[in-house]
Amino acid sequence: MAGTEPDRSRDDKRSMLLTALYVAQAQHGHLTHQAVQRVAERLDMDVTEVFQTATFYSMFRTEPVGRYLIQVCEGLSCHLAGGAEKLLEHLQKRLHIKVGETTRDGLFTLESVQCLAACGSSPAMRVNDTLYENLTMDQVDDILDELRGA
Amino acid sequence: MFEPVLLKRTGLPRSETIGVYVENGGYQALRKALECSPAELIDLVKRSKLRGRGGAGFPAGLKWGFMPQGNADNCLCVNTDEGEPGTFKDRVLVEKDPHQVIEGVIIAAYAVGAQRAYVYIRGEFFLGVKRWIKAIADAHEHGYLGRNILGSDFSLDLTVHRGAGAYICGEETAMINSLEGRRGEPRLKPPYPAQAGYQGRPTLVHNVETLANVPHIVLRGAEWFASIGTEKSTGPKVFCVSGHVFRRGTYELPLGTPLREIIEEHAGGVPGGRRIKAVIPGGASTPLLTEDQLDVPMDFESLAAAGSALGTGAIVVMDERTCMVDVARRTARFFAHESCGKCAPCRLGSVAAWRILEGIEAGEGQEGDIERLYALCDGIAGHTFCPMGDAQVAPLRSALDRFGDEFRAHIAMGRCPNAA
Ligand SMILES: Cc1cc2nc3c(=O)[nH]c(=O)nc-3n(C[C@H](O)[C@H](O)[C@H](O)COP(=O)(O)O)c2cc1C
Ligand code: FES
Repeated sequence: MAGTEPDRSRDDKRSMLLTALYVAQAQHGHLTHQAVQRVAERLDMDVTEVFQTATFYSMFRTEPVGRYLIQVCEGLSCHLAGGAEKLLEHLQKRLHIKVGETTRDGLFTLESVQCLAACGSSPAMRVNDTLYENLTMDQVDDILDELRGA
Repeated sequence: MFEPVLLKRTGLPRSETIGVYVENGGYQALRKALECSPAELIDLVKRSKLRGRGGAGFPAGLKWGFMPQGNADNCLCVNTDEGEPGTFKDRVLVEKDPHQVIEGVIIAAYAVGAQRAYVYIRGEFFLGVKRWIKAIADAHEHGYLGRNILGSDFSLDLTVHRGAGAYICGEETAMINSLEGRRGEPRLKPPYPAQAGYQGRPTLVHNVETLANVPHIVLRGAEWFASIGTEKSTGPKVFCVSGHVFRRGTYELPLGTPLREIIEEHAGGVPGGRRIKAVIPGGASTPLLTEDQLDVPMDFESLAAAGSALGTGAIVVMDERTCMVDVARRTARFFAHESCGKCAPCRLGSVAAWRILEGIEAGEGQEGDIERLYALCDGIAGHTFCPMGDAQVAPLRSALDRFGDEFRAHIAMGRCPNAA
């Protein structure tokens, strides 16, 4: 080894794995088997290895989710400030689903999470790429209407 | 009145843009730094006594000194994974003033001879990712990043990597694994990142807030910085206040500011004139304080002496109505969910503790539950692969120690004794 530069091309490829998985996931909202296979081929990796890595991360999904993934923070600070539970209840009623479920039209999935780093501005929820803070229930209704119309 | 240093610009319109940053003194520190030798900068940061703001409080200058000199492989990682419940300061710093952090990154990289730097950002921080990418592109265009920065012979590339939802990836070695495209499991230390980090290269890892301090130290001097705060805990600190207070939010104050002052004067106190029952002083993994401890100065030493820790400086206030079993349950649920699964004491212990607490909360507590929880604390603390074990035991043990009677009443009555 002495004096020779280690070959890092494989390592560099592997470093792109999370980025590649995001791209692959964007196509169907979750990671299909074919998408994972393509990632593995591109990055010179084993399919199992790609799967093992992907499943470590909660933002990578191997099961279908709704077009809009709604995550409500139910962490300690949001709970104390009040409103986290109300927001969850409100969403369950409006969407006619329970936490962990997807609406029948495949539009919305509702989840509860532990902290979105919005502890000072709860109630807070994330819908796909957008974080909403200091929410009122009227605003929630407007957001849902807008997403339904989009 | 303490004049904010790190949050000074955050109230300005378009504070995230390079124009506003430069108009308000931005990138002056970089010019000055490039005229110093790396050794002078390391010495400066040592004399400032700046300590890491990511939770552990390790002296920054010392860490810079651990990086091998003249190694072209050196790199730097910016920890933007901010996942400790109660903490939301790094998000503010990145979303509102990304160039301040970038300037700190460039200076730190120059000081330790790193030519590559990586931002590791929490997957859920979509706006933060956008802000990082835009700010990096603008810094490139203005010659603050890339080849021959400001005409010097120093070059630096800064790239953004997104995490994908895993609290443990905030731990530096787990972060490095994740950057390499692996499962975000912690690595055994030593080797420390400064010896062998990203792809085996010597790696300096810093929290966002730590790096944001660096330009100010360069511009205003180590003595100025060390004059803020206490003897050993120097400089400004962005405290996050949440829970039962009037004005939740971020407050930048000198380290050593009394907890009571932060809660009562800055955050406006507890609504309804209610009394404080407990306070988490430094994020979910720090032990609880009680009402009699509110005068503790918020610095590393004072909080350690009070049996807790400064952690991330995330203060969570709980008033007299709060159910401590519920608090413990929520915290345990978080850690059970976020255990990376690598080692058994953490993987199994966290879930076992959480189940017992759910049982007590649901009115199904059993005699012996408290002893079982203590036994789990003993079985987890000090026996896990990474500090996550200690992190989850600290809040639980402190809740049992300080509110044991409430836990017992909860079990005996089959419901919360605080509920009417
Ligand atoms: C479980 C765990 C989670 C952590 N999460 C973070 C984090 O989100 N952000 C951070 O900056 N440091 C975090 N740390 C601390 C890092 O390991 C590391 O000490 C820090 O990034 C070093 O930077 P500093 O010296 O500037 O504080 C975490 C540590 C542990 C044990
Ligand atoms: S606890 Fe809800 S955002 Fe932090």
